[in-house]
Amino acid sequence: MICDNDRVMIYLDHAATTPMRPGVWEAMAPFAVDRFGNSSGAHEVSRKAKDALEESRERVAACLGARPMEIVFTSGGTEADNLALKGPVTGDRSLGVVTMATEHEAVLETTHFLHRLGHPTHVVGVSRDGGVDPDLVAGSMGPGTAVVSVMTVNNETGVVTDVAAVSAAVKRIDPSVLVHTDAVQAAACESLDVDRLGVDMLSLSGHKFGGPKGAGVLFVREGTRLEPVLHGGGQELGRRSGTHDVAGAVGLATALGMAVEDRSRFRSAVGGIRDDFEKRVMEGVEGVVVNGGAGPRSPHHLNLRIPDVRNQTLLLRLDQSGVAASAGSACQSGAAKVSHVLEAMGLSPDEARECVRFTFGWTTTQDEASEGVATLIDLVGELR
Amino acid sequence: MRAMVAMSGGVDSSVAAALMREAGHDVIGVTLKLWSGPGGEAPTAGCCTLSDAEDARRVAAALDIPYYVLDYTEEFREGVVSVFIDDYAHGRTPNPCIECNRTVKFDRLLNGLDELGCDVLVTGHHARVRSGPDGWELHRGADMAKDQSYVLSMLTSPQLGRTRLPVGEMTKTEVRARAAELGLRTAAKAESMEICFVGRGDYRSFLDRHAPSMLRPGPVIDHTGEVLGAHGGVGGFTVGQRRGLGIAAGEPRYVVSIDATTATVVIGRREDLLVRTVELEGLSTVSGRPLSGRVEAQYRAHGAAMPATLGGGLLHFDEPQMAVAPGQTVAFYESDRVLGGAVIAATG
Repeated sequence: MICDNDRVMIYLDHAATTPMRPGVWEAMAPFAVDRFGNSSGAHEVSRKAKDALEESRERVAACLGARPMEIVFTSGGTEADNLALKGPVTGDRSLGVVTMATEHEAVLETTHFLHRLGHPTHVVGVSRDGGVDPDLVAGSMGPGTAVVSVMTVNNETGVVTDVAAVSAAVKRIDPSVLVHTDAVQAAACESLDVDRLGVDMLSLSGHKFGGPKGAGVLFVREGTRLEPVLHGGGQELGRRSGTHDVAGAVGLATALGMAVEDRSRFRSAVGGIRDDFEKRVMEGVEGVVVNGGAGPRSPHHLNLRIPDVRNQTLLLRLDQSGVAASAGSACQSGAAKVSHVLEAMGLSPDEARECVRFTFGWTTTQDEASEGVATLIDLVGELR
Repeated sequence: MRAMVAMSGGVDSSVAAALMREAGHDVIGVTLKLWSGPGGEAPTAGCCTLSDAEDARRVAAALDIPYYVLDYTEEFREGVVSVFIDDYAHGRTPNPCIECNRTVKFDRLLNGLDELGCDVLVTGHHARVRSGPDGWELHRGADMAKDQSYVLSMLTSPQLGRTRLPVGEMTKTEVRARAAELGLRTAAKAESMEICFVGRGDYRSFLDRHAPSMLRPGPVIDHTGEVLGAHGGVGGFTVGQRRGLGIAAGEPRYVVSIDATTATVVIGRREDLLVRTVELEGLSTVSGRPLSGRVEAQYRAHGAAMPATLGGGLLHFDEPQMAVAPGQTVAFYESDRVLGGAVIAATG
């Protein structure tokens, strides 16, 4: 439960962002105040900051089964995705990208941008359940394909893609093609060993697993040639310039360590709460459909289509009743918009406007979820 | 009572929300997202821009009321933009703000009140709702110069019963003073004049994108049929318009009528614009009962109401009127009370 003044909220929007894990803020705080140094310097103040930064890099690398020099700190998941797609193709317009129709905007819009610049791009469709066919992805590659990007866990539906299978299919055809995965939604629940996944690049965002906002990571396999998106002082081995956000890196690394340690509990406990919520909705609401429900799915996402109930109405009523959920995708003003993910899964715009996303997180309790689902069932009854 | 305040981001709806809160009601603020351009961009002008929504959100936060943006872009496109384009295509003078009030703001929100868990709809319009012997009535606002009862003339008594217009009792000066007193960021904000989905007064590029046929060149003629010049498309001409005709004549010339099917613009002298009788369509009354006989009729948002006689789908003005154009709304009054409204189908 989130308490803000006198208002108690049942927070079921953890895929949007989740509260910081205990101790993370405290671990970061010294680097905002006492240990304020610029990590690129030659004196004691600098060295203290640099030590913390490099230690964070080692901790992140260990969580991914990677080497420290393969970790690039960024300002978040969006920047990591931009670097992963633009970096390998910048400067050669014959090189391009293959990605999926259900990717996050950070990948899709970057792909569209590259297309406008004249790079060959291809966006591959998904099945009605949001499933990705590795051979279809591999078969969509052209002679110029330099990067294939497939997300690990979909942010709206929780559908899990077998990234290792996609990578294997791609590399069978052309081992030089780089495979990237946006794993922003996956850190809390999926094992992210980069060798097992067979990826060359992997994006993370700190605030999705209990770290700070404004901190992200791109894993870049050693030997991968990338043109930076941000040019400047040459930090991060020239792959990402800009004074380091040491506090952010420390926070991200601390939280990632906790999330990895908590992963099996998260899968069973949060997954159990989600399954119970889902079961009660299926029993209590007629005609409800779980989007992406047929295939493998993360333990903490639940995307529901509730026929005859418009999502913006339901979300307003849920908020008024103290339950925070989401439409899965929103525009800048906060208005719900028709989800490109659900459209790619074959839903009509009208059907997509009947979809609501509940996402559970490391703080979610069974009581909260029970109260949330009871409220949902009552409201749907009233609205119908 | 739970009140839903339609917040445009302007000073009037900001103060309306504050007044409802002061009166002790449960208040939520909503802004309607009505339009986005072809690339999904927010409008840059008019009453529904992104910065307006931001102002509304900030005011709601200052008043400590929940605030939501509701997406009605589909309804707006179908109910307002397509009518706007269609009106232009038929040489009529479109009234998008009135259409928006009727088909989106009031119709949708009033019908949606129950599902949104609210009892009344509150807007910042300058007009007054009163209870009368035959049900709810609509009256002009206390500030005659800012009166907006004309744009609400299509509302019916049952709709008015679920509507509150708290700033209608105040002058605009009082509204601004109140906003300043409350420290609301919208206190000194300028009023919006543009049509929100056209943006920066750029009719031509809007029509070019959405209704290219209205940019078909054609002749400018006089009442005898003599061709006096040419134009680049009927879109953008309005009956009564004097500037931008591209005709050099000794005396002022005005657009008298527009024939979109032949892309013809007819111009004439001032007296050619005078109209005594108009044919009406879509007549609706506040009370729901038929209306005929003596009325005062207002056919412009900021014009005076003129004595007239209504009957048989026709309206006869006592005195000939200038620049009455098909497509415009006419509101009927008895003194300050709105009796109903209609749209001008044709002039004769």
